[in-house]
Amino acid sequence: MMSKRDDSLDQRLAALLLEREVENFLVREAALLDEWRLDDWLALFTEDARYMVPATDLPTADPKETLAIINDDMARLRGRVERLKSRHAHREFPWSRTRRFITNVRIKEIVGEEILVNASFLVYRIRSGQVDPLIGSYVYTLRRVDGALKIATRKAVLDLEALRPHGTVSIIL
Amino acid sequence: MNLKKLIDEDRFGGVFRVHRSAFTSAEIAALEQAKIFQRCWLYLGHESELPNAGDFRRRTLAGQPLFWVRGSDGRARVFYNSCTHWGANVCRLDEGNAELFQCFYHAWTFNDQGDLVSVPDEAAYGEGFHKEAMGLASPPRVDNYRGLYFVSFNRDVEDLISYLGNAKEYIDLILDQAEEGWRVVPGTQKYSVRANWKMFSLNSLDSYHVRPLHSTFFKYTESLGSGDPPPLPPIDFPGAQGRSLSLRNGHGIDIFPSLARARPIAHWHPILGDESKEEIRKRRAGLVEKFGEERAYLMCNTNRLMLIYPNFALHDIAGVSLRYFEPVGQEYMEVTVQTLAPRGESAGLLNRRLENFLSFLGPGGFAHPDDIEAMESAQIGFRAGGPEWIDASRGMHREATALDELHVRAFWRQWHANILGYAKAERHHDALDGERISEGTKK
Repeated sequence: MMSKRDDSLDQRLAALLLEREVENFLVREAALLDEWRLDDWLALFTEDARYMVPATDLPTADPKETLAIINDDMARLRGRVERLKSRHAHREFPWSRTRRFITNVRIKEIVGEEILVNASFLVYRIRSGQVDPLIGSYVYTLRRVDGALKIATRKAVLDLEALRPHGTVSIIL
Repeated sequence: MNLKKLIDEDRFGGVFRVHRSAFTSAEIAALEQAKIFQRCWLYLGHESELPNAGDFRRRTLAGQPLFWVRGSDGRARVFYNSCTHWGANVCRLDEGNAELFQCFYHAWTFNDQGDLVSVPDEAAYGEGFHKEAMGLASPPRVDNYRGLYFVSFNRDVEDLISYLGNAKEYIDLILDQAEEGWRVVPGTQKYSVRANWKMFSLNSLDSYHVRPLHSTFFKYTESLGSGDPPPLPPIDFPGAQGRSLSLRNGHGIDIFPSLARARPIAHWHPILGDESKEEIRKRRAGLVEKFGEERAYLMCNTNRLMLIYPNFALHDIAGVSLRYFEPVGQEYMEVTVQTLAPRGESAGLLNRRLENFLSFLGPGGFAHPDDIEAMESAQIGFRAGGPEWIDASRGMHREATALDELHVRAFWRQWHANILGYAKAERHHDALDGERISEGTKK
């Protein structure tokens, strides 16, 4: 009989718990966005975070040197949220309904306090008689800060060949 | 439908209105294809998109599949993307590099100059088959001005340079800002608008909407602090009100001082970063030295919204953007946006240039999504049965400021002439002596 627990079982349990933690984190984040709780959503980010949506023709490019669709540091992301909360962000007044399906969550790598995560998304934006699907994958860098997960980078890579037929990324994607 | 009555103008009474069927009629959309898109020069791309022999890009212009390739002889050519055998696309990637273009259907092979170089089992063809006559076909006219390439499907179209009219001098004013030359920054914003394509032409000229529609953008930039104080304009510049100008042939421009707005060339604002301050000020000083204070002021401290008729907007605001839009039916369009940067700009300033661009522009910016909302909202509004017209008479009785609609009227006059089957409008301007007025800032 073994008196001590199997080390590899401990490791597997730890990995499983981390997977569940990450998945829960992403699902809770999606719920905050679907419920338009944007200030609560902003609180998930680290101060040096970035939120990016690359151009559809260059999904893996660096937005520092290529034209993207969105490339926000925290100052601009706060500005974006502030704008969306006003009555004057006309593309989102009134707010769209959105429903986010986040699946295929994979932990790609763990580097120190940072966890690199990929996930698939299907986000429906519903407004003005139109139902528009946004399809793609997320690339996250999550960082553990004081025990809790925070978002250090959040890149939404669209599989769509173009933003057609809906035209904009006016919601948080 | 009485096409003559699509525009109702009384220039003495200050009336200019356009019938709403211009935005909703399938019949007019078909006429536009035949009388405008098959007749005018259409923007294709910038020379920097094909730096090397064999580089190619796919394009769709006026609904027609094309590709654009730099041949091994160094010349850029445009081909219809259709095999001369059974018609399949011979170029099947949006961009890349190739020496040969082989049709995947029956393996007919063309070189980078469009010649048919190989037909499998050629002996199966008889005497009447002339391989040398079966090369890829090209649109009848392709030309460029300072690296901006245009295509026309009309063999008899006037020369590009004369077509561009007075837009040429403003293209110069933009491109002269970087003597080292410009390149298209990789990355393309491709999106759509559920509205008639002319809404985009009009929106691209209009700055009357900017304050009311884009207040959230100004709130954001103002929160970042203020930039370098703008220099005083030259004595003959129209001042803070700017100008709305007709540039002939349907082209127009809105030009106004940048005041507190950031311009990578060359007006520093905190959004461009402290580290870029010196590079931007140096650029301005260099332009003053080369062109004099007056022209440097126009280059560095005014913004331009230019429309090259019918569907190419060249904007010099928050960076230089190239926007072209394809009508798809009468209530939908496909939009493509690229941006230019000076060759060899520092990595830091390029990054700031792009961030500044994205703050305002593009489908994820703080302003442009609201333009799209407004265009789509108007398109829905046009379904209303009551009002028959849209009004475009603002500033008709005076020397038009940037907030006035003189350029919009110039667009409509050219459009109306084209729809009625004429190559050019008789008159682009409002008043009888409008040539003098509309070209008031011309040197």
